[in-house]
Amino acid sequence: MGKLSKRVAIVGAGMSQFGKLFPLKRNPDLWVDAWLNAVKTVDNGIEPKNIDACYIGNYSSDLFNHQGHLAPQMANLVGLSPKPASRFEGACASSGVALRQGILAIASGIHDVIAVGGCETMNEVSTTLVTDTLATASDNLFEYPAGATFPGLYAAVASAHFHEYGTTAEDLMRIGIKNHENGTQNPFAQMQISIKDLMNNKLSKLKKEGKDLPDWKDEFDFLKSSSNPMIASPLRLFDCSLVTDGAACVFLAAEEVARQFTDTPIWITGTGQGSAALSLHDRDSLTSFIATKEAARQAYQMANLNPKDIQIAELHDCFTIAELVAMEDLDFYEKGKAVDAVRNGETKLDGRFPLNTSGGLKSKGHPVGATGAAQAVEIFKQMRGIAERNRQVKFDVEKALTHNLGGSGATCVVTIYQK
Amino acid sequence: MLENEKDFTMESYLEYLQSKKLMGSKCRDCGEIYVPSRKLCTKCNSTNLEWIRMSGNGKLAAFSCIGVGATFMTDKGYSLKNPYCFSVIKLDEGPMISGQLIGVDEKHPETIKIGTSVKVKFLETDLKGETRVDLGFEPA
Repeated sequence: MGKLSKRVAIVGAGMSQFGKLFPLKRNPDLWVDAWLNAVKTVDNGIEPKNIDACYIGNYSSDLFNHQGHLAPQMANLVGLSPKPASRFEGACASSGVALRQGILAIASGIHDVIAVGGCETMNEVSTTLVTDTLATASDNLFEYPAGATFPGLYAAVASAHFHEYGTTAEDLMRIGIKNHENGTQNPFAQMQISIKDLMNNKLSKLKKEGKDLPDWKDEFDFLKSSSNPMIASPLRLFDCSLVTDGAACVFLAAEEVARQFTDTPIWITGTGQGSAALSLHDRDSLTSFIATKEAARQAYQMANLNPKDIQIAELHDCFTIAELVAMEDLDFYEKGKAVDAVRNGETKLDGRFPLNTSGGLKSKGHPVGATGAAQAVEIFKQMRGIAERNRQVKFDVEKALTHNLGGSGATCVVTIYQK
Repeated sequence: MLENEKDFTMESYLEYLQSKKLMGSKCRDCGEIYVPSRKLCTKCNSTNLEWIRMSGNGKLAAFSCIGVGATFMTDKGYSLKNPYCFSVIKLDEGPMISGQLIGVDEKHPETIKIGTSVKVKFLETDLKGETRVDLGFEPA
């Protein structure tokens, strides 16, 4: 029970540029870009004839692009027809689910090598339609009529967390500042700019326009100003992840064949998945996600590791509060104590326990169906020591984790990676 | 139709809501209460449930004053400058439910306190001559 019947490795991983790329790039273009970048990382090369199946995570191409039935199209574009191609949907955890299903299919013995990917092109529709489409991942009958939006649901979680543990809006701002700082070092990120530079740009613009300059002492003052509108209290614009077009691709291989592709495979030693009621109001806790706790429990048990063994992690920071709650739900910190780590800076790139070195969903971007696979791409790069610019952590990463959350926490996939 | 003859469907719950009744279902075997109503008690696996009318009283458990709202809310005139309050309410009978919270200062969320006592307020929207009732709450 709870063990893979054989080891599964990542032998290559890459992502497309993330950004507001439509119409220049659509799902087919982004996916091929991600595929080509992933192929480049396979030491001994990989070709379609080596690959048995294609698993694609995508949340809602139906509503974003009026295109369903995505997987055979994506498989065909990289030369995988007539091999099996399937699409997986778990809201923002779609490609986390695809990754897990790829792992399970290889462990079952039915396939040896699988191309797992994710893609989403969100900018084809207006911001209003993006909000409404994302809202379909919440409860349409009982939450939406109450005015729930995604920022609103996570904001409600934040309100309860603030009330129970004394967390503040400023604590959440620290998470956004950190992730933007990391994103400056990721050439694939949508916003490769720090909050401080965003503030300075705003000041220069106001100066040029001859307007009164606000009295901002630091980026916190900027983040508390009307330049950072309150989307859903207590979450402001820079607490929210981005509306992004992008794709990612990961090659999974069974242990018997992994070394055909590389001498340094990254092993997946733990996978877990959990679920919860779709509606926040149907859950026992408003400050913790039970799906995360369940997924984490399975993954730690399978890998035979403790939370304190993990050296770096990519967490699903769709909103700043989500990173904080994940730090607690994954048992990296006691409930209500993660905020201390946020305040003392230990989760920064040069800290003891770097989180979201990629820039996270906040700065790298959040093409919802691609996010889970893109998290695996970042971990692959960090463990191989090939993270771009100055983003490579300063120690050898032997154990890492990704956390991919769907909806307001109704689906969660946790994956553990080891050298 | 007698209340206990009505099937425990989503539609039944919504029909009750349209007639301004907040209804739940209670398990006759273990006493668990569900709002919205459920046909299957997922606590003890029983299908022996009955309708109960909720008092509509509860406490504010979580909330957000939303500036960038759902389309049907922006159609009502809500905006960044005129936010509405989405809330999760813990009903006195135990279950939690979502609803719009009115009668609070949405522009100053810091004045809204978790734990505040609230009571149900059925909110009417005119949809081209037809009235739709949504679940809402207001401070008690």
